[in-house]
Amino acid sequence: MIKGIPVSPGITFGKAFVYQATKFTVPLTTVTDDQIDAEIARFLSARAATVVQLEAIMATARINFGDEEAEIFEGHIMMTEDDEFEEEVVDFIRNNHKCAEAAVDFATNEQCAVLHALDDEYLRERATDMRDIGDRLIKNLMGIESVSLGDIDEEVILIARDLTPSETAQINLNFVKGFITDLGGRTSHTSIMARSLELPAIVGTANVTGLVQHGDAVVLDALNNEFVVHPSPAQIDSYTTRQLAWQSEREELSRLRTLPAETLDGHRVELCANIGGIHDCAGAERNGAEGVGLFRTEFLFMDRDHLPDEEEQLASYRAVAKAMNGHPVIIRTMDIGGDKDLPYLDLPHEMNPFLGWRAIRISLERREILHTQLRAILRASAFGKLRIMFPMIISVEEIRELKDELEKYKAELRAQNHAFDENIEVGVMVETPAAAAIAHHLAKEVDFFSIGTNDLTQYTLAVDRGNEKIAHLYNPMTPAVLTLIKQVIDASHKEGKWTGMCGELAGDEAAALVLLGMGLDEFSMSALSIPRIKRLIRSTRFEQAREMAARVLTMPTAHEISEYIESCCQ
Amino acid sequence: MFEKSVKITASEGLHTRPATQLVKAAKGYEADITIIANGKSVKATSLLKVQTLGVTQGTMVTIAAEGAQAEQAVNELAALLAAME
Repeated sequence: MIKGIPVSPGITFGKAFVYQATKFTVPLTTVTDDQIDAEIARFLSARAATVVQLEAIMATARINFGDEEAEIFEGHIMMTEDDEFEEEVVDFIRNNHKCAEAAVDFATNEQCAVLHALDDEYLRERATDMRDIGDRLIKNLMGIESVSLGDIDEEVILIARDLTPSETAQINLNFVKGFITDLGGRTSHTSIMARSLELPAIVGTANVTGLVQHGDAVVLDALNNEFVVHPSPAQIDSYTTRQLAWQSEREELSRLRTLPAETLDGHRVELCANIGGIHDCAGAERNGAEGVGLFRTEFLFMDRDHLPDEEEQLASYRAVAKAMNGHPVIIRTMDIGGDKDLPYLDLPHEMNPFLGWRAIRISLERREILHTQLRAILRASAFGKLRIMFPMIISVEEIRELKDELEKYKAELRAQNHAFDENIEVGVMVETPAAAAIAHHLAKEVDFFSIGTNDLTQYTLAVDRGNEKIAHLYNPMTPAVLTLIKQVIDASHKEGKWTGMCGELAGDEAAALVLLGMGLDEFSMSALSIPRIKRLIRSTRFEQAREMAARVLTMPTAHEISEYIESCCQ
Repeated sequence: MFEKSVKITASEGLHTRPATQLVKAAKGYEADITIIANGKSVKATSLLKVQTLGVTQGTMVTIAAEGAQAEQAVNELAALLAAME
């Protein structure tokens, strides 16, 4: 069986089209002194022709793929017209008295070599882009025309040694059903384009071109990383079944995306995503998140030697606010402590960092950290719908002090004419037993709660999840923790406020119906879990969920609870 | 001479699209702009050179500029880098 790196999912059948890129040998003709200027002029003219071709390919790519992929070619055009590249080519022609083709080949090889030497796989892949451009320039200089993949006019599966971005851009989706190559990696532009086209693709097989003939019947299964030449009837049946299952699951998930998280009897909750930064926003949208229930800001503070300043934080928060298009984003203020290494914070060595100087305690003592972060969040709130959440709260005193500071910073910004959301909502991350115990007091002070079940469970059960000896005691679905969760939800509702959950439990299918039945208003989880939880909620009646929750809350043991939930989901 | 350091948070580092945007923006200022990362320093107006810096997620990048619009260039380019996905 042929195997490679599946880079774009799907299953497809068809006739193999084995594609050979046009081969050529780079001429090394010598040029005399008086021919140098003409040679440079040849280069510049070929460059102009190359740019024209790339612009056409960019236009095609924009129609077939969309703006993002089209912009790959904007980068190619920029690289083609690069001043430093031109200098290298011109210098080579002058200093070595060789033709423009040789000069371009040299400069291209130089750039590819530098890229190949980089540590990062993504950056090494960029050498393919450079090669694509260099070859195009050389072919234009030599007057060679390329075979165009756009000429394919029957349904095929493309087999090739490698596919450059400009070749991929010309693929006609009506005819090319998938492709498989010898070379290439996950982050090559070709793979990126395959994913955005949703074209099944496997790359990096090393040898597929040697094992298929033009016209062979093949099956490409990029879900399971399988490729079969001359499939038997039994194999065809089996792959067809897989293909139908895949298509129907995709259709269902994509339908779910725009449907609300509403029970059969009309009870509505919000499903949101937990994110670590702007790179998670696309996934959130794709999976139908209605907002961000937890934007972890720690990444801004880690792996560096100085605090992030207001502008840097503002840029990050603003980018997320905009990316989420008016959907609410809950930003949690810095939540780190002695268990992480932050050399510039001068954290004391503690016996018990989880019960130590961390999170909001640091922010309250090192006021400048709080000041900078809240100012950045406030300024960013002018660009979307942001909410502020404070971690590790244990008292009303803390939250009142934080609210006072917030008002001071708002006044500052007003005086400086910086726009911000005057009505920005403020909430508490309920992750300590203290916060749960005084939830009825806290509910009067804030607009919402979000339950951080990971830490709440650890602190309530006095269990360090990372301690192998007792890690098995960690279990959020126990009476102790569930009672607190219910208490928090009820306390918020009594004051007309709402409660969300951003801990792992929110994305747990076994817990979802119980949490729903307890009255949880918002579930925030890793984006990939959203469709499943939504499907579950949409196939349930709220009345049923309420009964489940009520029953569960009467049970004295975790074992009874888990047995009951399992029996309900039969 | 103005200078600002930013940590790259984008999961794919300075990949082609934002790098293109950065170089395009850099070309628009009346200033000599350099980008420094991983111990290397290159002109911000050459996409080819910027690619060779090997900027990945977590890399600290410094933008430095001299010239008429140096301060504006440094501030705006740093903000662009910080906001990248």
